[in-house]
Amino acid sequence: MAMISFALVRQKSVVVVGGATQQLHSLPRYHGYFAAVKVFVPCMFLFLLWMVSGETVVENLVIAGLPDSVRNVNGDQISLILNKIQLAVQYGEASTTDANILAAAEQYSSLYEKGLWATFSLSLAVGLLGYYLSNSRTHADYRARNGFEKAMSFALAASSFLAIIVTLGIVASLIFESLRFFQQVPIQDFLFGLHWSPQTALRADQVASAGAFGSIPLFAGTFLISLLAMLVAGPIGLFAAIYLTQYANHTVRAVAKPVLEILAGVPTVVYGFFAALTVAPMLRDAGGAIGVDVASESALAAGLVMGVMIIPFVSSLSDDAITAVPSSLKDGSFALGATKAETITQVLLPAALPGVVGAFLLAISRAIGETMIVVMAAGMRPNLTANPLEAVTTVTVQIVALLTGDQEFDSPKTLSAFALGLALFVITLLLNVAALRMVRKYREAYD
Amino acid sequence: MTDRPISHSEPSNGPTDWKSDAMQARIGRRYRRERTFQLLGFSAVVVSILFLVFLLGNIVKNGAYGFVQTSVSIDVTFSADLLGDPTALSPQAFTEKVRKTNMLRLIQASMQDLFPEVKGRRDTRTLLRMVSTGARAQLRNMILSDPTLIGTTKRVELLTSDDIDQVIKGNIDVALPEANRKVKDNELSWLKTLQNDDRISLNFHSQFLTGGDSREPELAGVWGAIVGSAFTLMVTLLTAFPIGLCAAVYLEEFAPKNRFTDIIEININNLAAVPSIVFGLLGLAVFLSVMGMPRSAPIVGGLTLALLTLPTVIIASRASIAAVPPSIRDAARGLGASQMQVVFHHVIPLAMPGIMTGTIIGMARALGESAPLLMIGMVAFIVDIPGSINDAATVLPVQIYLWADSPERAFVEKTSAAIMVLLFFLIAMNGIAIWLRQKFEQKW
Repeated sequence: MAMISFALVRQKSVVVVGGATQQLHSLPRYHGYFAAVKVFVPCMFLFLLWMVSGETVVENLVIAGLPDSVRNVNGDQISLILNKIQLAVQYGEASTTDANILAAAEQYSSLYEKGLWATFSLSLAVGLLGYYLSNSRTHADYRARNGFEKAMSFALAASSFLAIIVTLGIVASLIFESLRFFQQVPIQDFLFGLHWSPQTALRADQVASAGAFGSIPLFAGTFLISLLAMLVAGPIGLFAAIYLTQYANHTVRAVAKPVLEILAGVPTVVYGFFAALTVAPMLRDAGGAIGVDVASESALAAGLVMGVMIIPFVSSLSDDAITAVPSSLKDGSFALGATKAETITQVLLPAALPGVVGAFLLAISRAIGETMIVVMAAGMRPNLTANPLEAVTTVTVQIVALLTGDQEFDSPKTLSAFALGLALFVITLLLNVAALRMVRKYREAYD
Repeated sequence: MTDRPISHSEPSNGPTDWKSDAMQARIGRRYRRERTFQLLGFSAVVVSILFLVFLLGNIVKNGAYGFVQTSVSIDVTFSADLLGDPTALSPQAFTEKVRKTNMLRLIQASMQDLFPEVKGRRDTRTLLRMVSTGARAQLRNMILSDPTLIGTTKRVELLTSDDIDQVIKGNIDVALPEANRKVKDNELSWLKTLQNDDRISLNFHSQFLTGGDSREPELAGVWGAIVGSAFTLMVTLLTAFPIGLCAAVYLEEFAPKNRFTDIIEININNLAAVPSIVFGLLGLAVFLSVMGMPRSAPIVGGLTLALLTLPTVIIASRASIAAVPPSIRDAARGLGASQMQVVFHHVIPLAMPGIMTGTIIGMARALGESAPLLMIGMVAFIVDIPGSINDAATVLPVQIYLWADSPERAFVEKTSAAIMVLLFFLIAMNGIAIWLRQKFEQKW
């Protein structure tokens, strides 16, 4: 419809000036574009409205239309009934024998159809109105291009606000679900509790522990693995950056830099597979050979492999930091007779320190948020230990464990995943902000 | 210069004696430290490269076997008594009859021809277990596609079970005591006989690339996951690319420099560093529970990954737009173009290669991402190839995760092979991005 009105209005604009298009303020196609926008946007709006709220409205109408005997039940069962109705809509009489449900299903589908038609005809009318307006307004002096450009810049601005909306969405959904969690579990238990066992009884008669949601063991495990990862990635990444910026010749740099980048491009699930099936057994066998008991899901295996994964983050960011140091500092140091190593450790690194620290912070935040490696290679059992040879579990592992498989949506077990997610988000956000601020501040100092 | 500090600690104020032993030792020490330092740097690079080689080598070594599968060729008699006579029955009745017939009886007959000495229920069952459960469907399809087979005897290549396959590939140690291994002695002796008859062969296994998932390693394929990944990426591309491009254009060309646009900028940079699993939580809370979209569907996965790649696309596009020299804009404005025309007719076409490169790299990241998809339920065991963006599907990385969790030894090589497929796609995408950059890169 938008296209038709584009063609029609474009034609009209040409006709208005009798083919002499140079008399038009805007090119004919802008008249067309603007008309198309006027038709398309309201229609789209209506359809979105229908898609978002239509089903709910219909559902409420159907529920309201149900006989009282069926309707007078608590909230849980209403959704159950709705489910039944929807099944009946899909599969007809095969799914149920309840006459009420069948009648409701019929009403549901007829209402749905009516709603769809209403939306369709309404948007048709609105579209026609849009077309009529733009058609009647088309004349030589009409500022169609300006109007169209205004619409476009609105769309452009809207898409950049989406970034904000996404952040707000993340924060809102995490906070909303976390608040529901903290209604059931006190916040101090979550933050300072030393015991994590999210199993709660599903039914009242079931034998299960009451559920404990102390997140300290999870964060301890996360930090242990991140620490191990940084012990690997920190020195290797920093030294690689130093070597590549200060020592390596052009060919070595041209080969080694992309290879390091490949390490960052390998999907984390591949690292996880590698950690679980190659590194962990190797460590266990090596530990067995020297008489040390290494758990087959040891924190060490996950930490080592994760460290390798974040080497490129450390190295490329440190690389940037080191190259950004003005060469006058370096030259001055050389002129005083310092060796390269002395120049690097005593001049370049102190000068690049904020950037390097920023790189480390970003790498730590990456390690804390990393999921697949620990899901596949670290353990499931919460364990408050500092021994890297034992199995520990992490925040991300628990989020995955809590949310995969069939879950009811409002049990504290499921909601606790959102609380963990919120904690994760806040921690990584703080690390990132600190890192970015550090990098930026230091860049300004030398620019 | 009268207030020059007088150093009391130095023994002499004369010129340094560079030839003295103490000085030589000091210089030697400094140079040794210099060499150690350089060596450390070099070994850091070497260690990382070695690790990469080790990782990829390990995967290729395991994965190469994932593309081949052991099959056994046996002579199957398609008896008309069992399967019905296609000339006597109507086509529908024949199809019905074939469908209902247990193909295991055909296999049993041929296997018993080969091993007449095997008697007893348990031994017979063990013997039949050497052939994959997929062999039945294979035979059935053969008969249905060519009914003239009935009444003939034909040598057919059937897949063996995954355990036999692992013995042939040398992954099961036959030297272990019998109680400790999955394949027992009698199976090994039968296998030996079959090998001596030259009936066992290791062939390229096309089903791995064309089939859907399966609980049986010898039948599992990655095609379902590839299609799921393609649908998901399509949704991601269609959402992230236009929105990312528009946002980049706005921020770079239109946005006033004020506090609000500063906030947007900081926000985008921070979004790029939010852990991917948090995006999964967002997808779960917003797309699934608020909007009620279907679980496990590529559309939800695609939208979630779009949010994840959006910052990448925006940052790359902005860099690329900023790299277009102002002279181009000034020239266009000088000819009377409006700001919108300047941007859409001149800046964007010139920035397009860079934008495309950034988008492809973002897509490659999305292709390798699995954590957020676990959150929105794309981890289900799905045999069927998804047909639309609303069908339940899984994607390649998640398939790898699922297979890596499977207990069967044979899934190790399938997982490695699936990783090779995934890496192939990633390398291809990054290759295209690099090619684009080099072909269209302009130095102003």
